[in-house]
Amino acid sequence: MSTPRILEIRRGVLEKNDILAHHLRDQFNAAHVLVINLVSSPGAGKTALLEDTLRRLIQAGHRPAALVGDLATDNDANRLSRSGAPVRQIQTGGNCHLEADMISGHLSDWGLDLSQIEFLFIENVGNLVCPASYDLGEHLRAVVLSVTEGEDKPLKYPTMFHSADIAVLTKMDIAAAVEFDKPAALTNIQSVHPGMMILETSAKTGAGMENWIQHLITSREATFALVAE
Amino acid sequence: MHELSIAQNLVEIANTAAQRANVQRVTAVRLQLGALAGVVKDSLLFCYDIASAGTLLEGSKLLIEELPVVIYCPQCQQTVALETVQAFCCPVCGTFSNDIRQGRELEILSLEAEEENEHPSHP
Repeated sequence: MSTPRILEIRRGVLEKNDILAHHLRDQFNAAHVLVINLVSSPGAGKTALLEDTLRRLIQAGHRPAALVGDLATDNDANRLSRSGAPVRQIQTGGNCHLEADMISGHLSDWGLDLSQIEFLFIENVGNLVCPASYDLGEHLRAVVLSVTEGEDKPLKYPTMFHSADIAVLTKMDIAAAVEFDKPAALTNIQSVHPGMMILETSAKTGAGMENWIQHLITSREATFALVAE
Repeated sequence: MHELSIAQNLVEIANTAAQRANVQRVTAVRLQLGALAGVVKDSLLFCYDIASAGTLLEGSKLLIEELPVVIYCPQCQQTVALETVQAFCCPVCGTFSNDIRQGRELEILSLEAEEENEHPSHP
């Protein structure tokens, strides 16, 4: 005969990922590497933003690197490596998001010396749902929203917008042409994440890029309490 | 769709716990799911059956307790539950708040298991 029995567990389903992300963050902190997790829908302009960001950081004498998630191709890594920054592709083989163990595995295979870089960008898979649940050990989660996507996207994907630290609006150069309702977009972002910083950029014209670069540099200094050079 | 990956994590944790406790078969798993966890309940239920096949959890029920987002309203000086995740403001006074007190949970609470009685009582 059998008797029912209750086993108490009380454990987070994603604890393995969270523990690994915690270790990664310790590693990044020790090397003073600010890690930025870029999330967005497919086609929002993450790669264009990143391409210009890498180029500008290098020009300003900084040392960035990038890990780029993609379902199947290495097109993005090829494009980004033209900036001169170390870039490595993570092909997820159809997986819709990056997890901490992929970051850790690729970092060790890559052989990147963390002490030689200041910024590590992780370009997540284009998807506004799944990546929200996975901590990658980042310091800053930036949600990228292009003006072509519709102002109500924050309301459709509140979990992602809420989990981000900063929203970067992209393709501002064509905002008027696509009749982007900026006040509505800003209101919707603030509704799902009150007080979140929002930056307006165009990687094409360079508008707003200086603010973004400055924010990254300031965040790194603040995170590691470095004295501004 | 990352619910399959979530379901696999869930099954791995629960199955390991069941093995360690020497249970024969798990009949139910209780899970808390916050509205901000980024997981769709129905998808998770669907994936659970796939992920649990061939484990001690096969055929068990996944009992999901859904938790709303609860924020602390600095104006009302109390915690309030939100009916939607589209507006992080107090439903009473309208004040915005990022002070989340509940809603990110994705936690296995307990298992209900069946086990053989090693020393069955003989009346």
